[in-house]
Amino acid sequence: MSDELTFHFDVDGENFTSAGHASVKVKKILRELGLDPETIRKVSIAMYEGEINMVIHAGGGEADVSVDDKGVTIVLKDSGPGIEDIDKAMEEGFSTAHDNIRSLGFGAGMGLPNMKRYSDEMNIESTVGEGTTITMKVYY
Amino acid sequence: MTINEIKQLLDAEVICGDNLEREVLSACGSDMMSDVLAYVKDQAALLTGLVNAQVIRTAEMMDMIAVVFVRSKKPGQDIIELARESGMVVLATPKRMYEACGILYSNGLKGNGEINE
Repeated sequence: MSDELTFHFDVDGENFTSAGHASVKVKKILRELGLDPETIRKVSIAMYEGEINMVIHAGGGEADVSVDDKGVTIVLKDSGPGIEDIDKAMEEGFSTAHDNIRSLGFGAGMGLPNMKRYSDEMNIESTVGEGTTITMKVYY
Repeated sequence: MTINEIKQLLDAEVICGDNLEREVLSACGSDMMSDVLAYVKDQAALLTGLVNAQVIRTAEMMDMIAVVFVRSKKPGQDIIELARESGMVVLATPKRMYEACGILYSNGLKGNGEINE
């Protein structure tokens, strides 16, 4: 795989039921490309948590996935409220999600820690009031 | 333990899926999907009292092969459709979470136990 392949997705922030749609698509694409199951699983879970976060906190956003000969890069960009304290947000169990989100099975303060756990590199750029861009890389 | 054995041990009803002879190697019981996503094991089953589309997507992301809804909770058609698309077996048991997990554990199906650091 010498050429880079890129895929773009719009993440709908209005509908919690459809959250995860882009991650399911990416998982299918990576399977079709014949990537190893462990890489596929890591990418899918990291992206899925990110997608859920964008729906819960930011009213949706955009996801760009690129595949090259070294690994998979996921860029999640939103124009949401931004993250006030990134160190705090990275702590397991810390969450600013509302109770109604917890009743849906998320908002336990595990989203960002899980994204870090499954990616080999993760970078968060966030400005309060402007939005957040998270870049995750998973190497083969 | 096969999915069929889980079905029998839990007096469960098959909501969808037909490959009941697949082997389940580990299981996880939780209503918090992010806690489920923190653990990875092959060919796992998820027991949960939460009923929404994200349960199926979480299980799919984890390459799980079966979802068991406890306390006789029945998923809606949209959830069943999602499970069908991903080839997941869905069961519903009248047992409560604690009891269902205990029965499977004591019959040899151990938990995940490993955190993917």
